[in-house]
Amino acid sequence: MSAGLSDALKIRSAALAAHYPRKQAALLPVLHAVQAELGCITPEAERDVAALLGIKPIQVREAVTFYTMFRRRPIGRYHLQVCDNLSCGLRGTGAVLEHLRRRLGIEPGQTTADGRFTLTTVECLGACENAPCLMVDFEYHGNVDPDTVDKLLDGLV
Amino acid sequence: MSVDKRLLPADGETAELRRLAVYEGRGGYAVARRVLASLTPAQVLDEVKAAGLRGRGGAGFPAGLKWSFVPKGDEKPKYLCVNADEGEPGTFKDKYILGHNPHLLLEGIILACYAVGIHVAYIYIRGEYEMIARRLEEAIAEAAAAGYLGPNVFGAGFALNAFVHRGAGAYICGEETALLESLEGKRGWPRLKPPFPAVVGLFQSPTVINNVETLANLPGLIRDGAAAFIALGTPKDGGTRLFSVSGSVARPGLYELPVGTKLREIVFTHAGGMPPGRTLRAVIPGGMSSPILRADEIDVAMDFDSLAAAGSMLGSAGVIVIDAEASMLTILKKIAAFYAHESCGQCTPCRLGTSWMAKTVERLASGEGRPGDLDGLVRVASNIKGRTLCPLGDAAALPVQAVVAKFRAELEAEIERAAEGRE
Repeated sequence: MSAGLSDALKIRSAALAAHYPRKQAALLPVLHAVQAELGCITPEAERDVAALLGIKPIQVREAVTFYTMFRRRPIGRYHLQVCDNLSCGLRGTGAVLEHLRRRLGIEPGQTTADGRFTLTTVECLGACENAPCLMVDFEYHGNVDPDTVDKLLDGLV
Repeated sequence: MSVDKRLLPADGETAELRRLAVYEGRGGYAVARRVLASLTPAQVLDEVKAAGLRGRGGAGFPAGLKWSFVPKGDEKPKYLCVNADEGEPGTFKDKYILGHNPHLLLEGIILACYAVGIHVAYIYIRGEYEMIARRLEEAIAEAAAAGYLGPNVFGAGFALNAFVHRGAGAYICGEETALLESLEGKRGWPRLKPPFPAVVGLFQSPTVINNVETLANLPGLIRDGAAAFIALGTPKDGGTRLFSVSGSVARPGLYELPVGTKLREIVFTHAGGMPPGRTLRAVIPGGMSSPILRADEIDVAMDFDSLAAAGSMLGSAGVIVIDAEASMLTILKKIAAFYAHESCGQCTPCRLGTSWMAKTVERLASGEGRPGDLDGLVRVASNIKGRTLCPLGDAAALPVQAVVAKFRAELEAEIERAAEGRE
């Protein structure tokens, strides 16, 4: 095993695996923990996770590439995820997205040159009561418009 | 007008119901404590069957009947999987139970597990609800510390452990067999049924899969009895529903109302009607997968059977309101794009059909429409419908067909305008 994963992460992974009769079941929770620590899931991390859970690296790769929340490459310091689904669309997500494009100078899927922001469009985030909504990392922001988005970004260090 | 809040904190309630002490102060856990002390599992099952409690996730299958398919006896471990994946666009109800009233869910889990003889429950929560998952873990820790979960629940000699399991961004994992695959650490590819999960489910063991809202109904149902539960709603579909109302409406939000409340009343009375200056064009009544209704079709009662008779579905009760200024072509585009993105890729008709539909609508919107495109869309949808392992195929086909059938004139006008804009 390579030296990739920290001891704390290995201990955490073992604790997660104990929740299930088969260790493989801990794969998603362990990958969340890995991504939270490393920022993304590298091929080395995939091999380490496979060894921890007693499965093949390809089985880890299958999960990493199937689930949209897992990333194989690093992203910017802040991850802006803008809902582009129906309810948000009916309440102005288009203007928010257009504003972010212009302000950041990037398209969805890209990261600013200074590495601060990654912009992504996502499907329904389950916050349609506050449409349009977006997430900054795991934090929800609802009823956003270009002005509130400006204030939000200005407040991020 | 309003009903007692059975699933959510009462209006104006400021105390944090998610705290065990507050929940217990409101009478919480009294039902589960009494049941474990004085009722047999069969009595709980009978009461839930008598109430006809129908699943709140989308399909509306009676929960008691589902439980009764689990083989008796302890030869194999049995599992409860709580479906908290909540991915249906326009739906945000389970989030409120999970985040604001998690002990109600845990009490429902205790009741379900006791009735079926289950000792391990996994709560599969969508990955984006990371903060809510943490709150839920706090609630589980509080309940375990009080002896309401763990090796000896309420000192009644019943063991039950509950674990939170986060998904990672895949709509398909709300489908019950995809959820099982995902929980086992695999891609979320639905399984062929039969065998049904009640017999061969998680880790090849008998498994019950229930939606969050379904389980949260159990404490109230058992407390008041089946007759009272039925009286709240309709004879075949009792209780209340959490209606998620969003889109072009004055007061978007979550409304707990009796099953069978008229869609018009939900939109115009509870959610405040249209925003100033807007008129109603259409409503999607049960999450994006449910066929759209025209403005003149919203006098329908919001229960499973009435909506089925109206050619749509109650589904997850996610009500999306659409005004006359909205572009129907854009709505069609978002619907088609969503299913193309979320098709798991296992079944060819769905994998190819959804992306074909999405590309066609994209082309129409960019001004390159050709005669017969709308008919082609409907044809592709027909070739997906009924030809896939899981309901995602139908979920992709039905809304596309309904939008084309009901708003053809609007779509054709928009397609023409888009084409003129290009010339």
